[in-house]
Amino acid sequence: MAHILDERKGQVSVAGANVATIDCNKASLAGSVSQRACVFCGSRVVLYPIVDALHLIHGPIGCAAYTWDIRGSLSSGPELHRLSYCTDLQEKDVIFGGVKKLYEAITELIELHKPKAAFIYTTCIVGVIGDDVEQVCRTIEDEAKIPIIPVQAPGFQGSKKDGYKVACEAIFRLVGTKSKPETPAKSINILGDFNLAGELWILLDYYKRMGVHVNATITGDGRVDDIANAHNAALNVVQCSGSMNYLAKMMKDTYNIPSMRVSYFGIEDMSDALYDVARFFKDDEMMDKARELVKEEFAKLMPQLTWYKERLTGKKAAIYVGGAFKAISLVKALRLIGVETVIVGSQTGTEEDYDLIKKLCNEGTIILDDSNPVELSHFVKEKKADIFIGGVKERPIAHKIGLGFCDHNHERKEPLAGYEGMINFAKEIYATAMSPVWKFTK
Amino acid sequence: MTTTKNSIDKSSLVPLKGLGVAVQKNGYVSSRNSCKLCAPLGASLVFKGIEGCVPLIHGSQGCATYIRRYMISHYKEPVDIASSNFSEETTVFGGSRNFITGIHNVIKQYQPKVIGIASTCLSETIGEDVPGHIRNFSESYDNPAVPMPIFINASTPSYCGSHADGFHNTVLATVKTLAKSQTASHSITILPGLVTPADIRYLKEIMTDFGLKHTLFPDYSDTLDNVYTSEYQLIPTGGTTINQIELMGDAKATIEFGSIFNKGTQRIKDQGTVQTAGEWLEASFNTPNHQMPLPIGIDATDRLMNVLSEISGKPIPEKYVKERGRLVDAYVDAHKYVFGKKALLYGEEDFVTALADWLKEVGVEPFWIKGADFETLKEKANDFKPDFLLGNSKGYYIARERKIPLVRIGFPIHDRFGATRMHQVGYRGTQEIFDRVVNALIEYKQENSPIGYKYL
Repeated sequence: MAHILDERKGQVSVAGANVATIDCNKASLAGSVSQRACVFCGSRVVLYPIVDALHLIHGPIGCAAYTWDIRGSLSSGPELHRLSYCTDLQEKDVIFGGVKKLYEAITELIELHKPKAAFIYTTCIVGVIGDDVEQVCRTIEDEAKIPIIPVQAPGFQGSKKDGYKVACEAIFRLVGTKSKPETPAKSINILGDFNLAGELWILLDYYKRMGVHVNATITGDGRVDDIANAHNAALNVVQCSGSMNYLAKMMKDTYNIPSMRVSYFGIEDMSDALYDVARFFKDDEMMDKARELVKEEFAKLMPQLTWYKERLTGKKAAIYVGGAFKAISLVKALRLIGVETVIVGSQTGTEEDYDLIKKLCNEGTIILDDSNPVELSHFVKEKKADIFIGGVKERPIAHKIGLGFCDHNHERKEPLAGYEGMINFAKEIYATAMSPVWKFTK
Repeated sequence: MTTTKNSIDKSSLVPLKGLGVAVQKNGYVSSRNSCKLCAPLGASLVFKGIEGCVPLIHGSQGCATYIRRYMISHYKEPVDIASSNFSEETTVFGGSRNFITGIHNVIKQYQPKVIGIASTCLSETIGEDVPGHIRNFSESYDNPAVPMPIFINASTPSYCGSHADGFHNTVLATVKTLAKSQTASHSITILPGLVTPADIRYLKEIMTDFGLKHTLFPDYSDTLDNVYTSEYQLIPTGGTTINQIELMGDAKATIEFGSIFNKGTQRIKDQGTVQTAGEWLEASFNTPNHQMPLPIGIDATDRLMNVLSEISGKPIPEKYVKERGRLVDAYVDAHKYVFGKKALLYGEEDFVTALADWLKEVGVEPFWIKGADFETLKEKANDFKPDFLLGNSKGYYIARERKIPLVRIGFPIHDRFGATRMHQVGYRGTQEIFDRVVNALIEYKQENSPIGYKYL
């Protein structure tokens, strides 16, 4: 029996029998081997897809090295975001301060790349050694006439989720700084899609077919000028709510832009994401087009999904992902192809997310917040899961136990959003569940 | 907590256009696509090579998680690394409480024999007294169910050196913590540095074939290249044992591979006094230390074989004479395909210098820049015009842009399988690298040939 640390017992729950609210939203326990990263990571992953901005990390080298080109966030234009810049602080900088180096680094990189804006991430020791990064940014902003935005992200100042908030604050500094005259009335901002494997482009096509204008995409394939004009949209459509709810809230408070929460994973949630937008604009023609689109996509999709469902029915899945809202969509998507979910966990879920998961899942499903290898490896064996859906750090847990694995993390190379994403998802689950190699692991 | 003592004095700055700044590395102050990783990664790798060891990184949660992800993507194995998970409060008031909680929880979950502690930029900057924390923990330890683990403490701030420095400094810290002089041992110690799991297995095979009792450290040949286990081993089987490391003080000899070791970038307080683990063993226990470059190439491997022959008093086993002979034969057969070609190298300095010497051995012109980042290498490649790249996955974008082959070698290999099974040292490793380089060049020529061909 795996050891569940006393302090973590409230973060492990079961659907059905146990109705108590799960403990979540807390700092990871020291020594627990959490699968989470840190504040810096949260801010970095959210801002990363802004492709025409300079991203410079002020700190020692590690944080920059480990986040170089890590997201599969595609760009339709510049690829400045894929470069990893760092002040690479040395011992003497720690002693004497790193601001001069920072100033020089930012100015030389602006000369080199002429970015539309710069994000300056500060990591653990920068606050401790007392570098006034805000002042450096202001100085260069005056000289270079582009936004230079400090992203105060020392890893210890909370969890990955707190990093999302830091990123939202950084983005919010851009919002409202420019107005494009031509923003149409029925326009939306897409928040919380990061264009992994080109997923955003699938969504843009759907909204275009419905006659919806997409104003800013935040941050997938993101552009500084579009974000600056984001305040002119009529609606914020928010996915991955953990990372972007805070931005939506600030935009509501300041610019009175309403927001709605959607998910693009699985066909039910995908269809709702389209219908809800049409409903918001109270536009019958838009709604008709949405229905037409869904009908068309369903016609292509359903025969294929039925084929997979016939073959996958009875398989059991474990899910452990970053955000719980995504986990909810995954439970539904798996159901469509006959796969029952027996474990659901996330790094950053909220009480509401977990309550929803409890209602959605079958009795006995294990629900985990901020879990670790000891617990995950124990529960996948106990619940006899066949397939694990997670990220890089979960993969060896699945493979060493002989479970199939589906990568649903930010490095993925196949789009899993939208209707075509659903087919890719089914294909991947099928490929991992049905591989003949498992006969050697029994 | 942001104190603001370091602000810039605008009068001391040159205007943006002038940019008369203190530049380094090809005229840039910034690191642009770094070739190096941070020191705690190297420490974690060493700790994975100790039997029964769980690494704990004393710092923010992200350090452990990033390093886990980076290592998992290369080794394709579980890599559990604990964190003391600093909070704002920890940073202000010190890490003692988090450290002790963290150690307790690691013991409860893993029951390790050893906990390897690596510090971070954060814990070093706030002046954490890790030996003091260990003392406090040890004095109050009262869990009868689990024997108290052994602690190894490595100082690995990421503002000093790279993952290679972290690696060598952790080898040194481990040896210093454990090695002692008890009874004379006939064993020899081999400290190979950052090599692949396949290399480690091969080196042990060589020792065995020479009839030498040996201790290889760190031995992550099983822990990071495990068989299919059907269960999640919380601490994977394998690793150099504590007892083996303890006996290093009595070994007949030490062999360590490298040329720069942990002496490239030294802490200010340690300037000029840094020792390698082999040097420390020699100074402390009079264990003769044979330092040599990583054995890549015939000359470098001959040197290793001669030393082993001398220590063991036995001739080089027939098996290796044949491996060498086949390698020479391959050099001869393929020499024209590589002669005069130019290779761009990058990676850990010990590795790159060894590769450069090997390339010269087969008539390839090596090119590398000490301490350079990838963008600098990319720019310099415009002048040097390499025919191929030899290094880890991260140089792929340069190879892609230049439309030339990248022969993947070293750490990390994130975009291919089999990195753990690749040999890179000895005659066998040289043979593998040589074949791969030759074939990459032939394939390049073939793919770019207007007609294509099936026969050489």
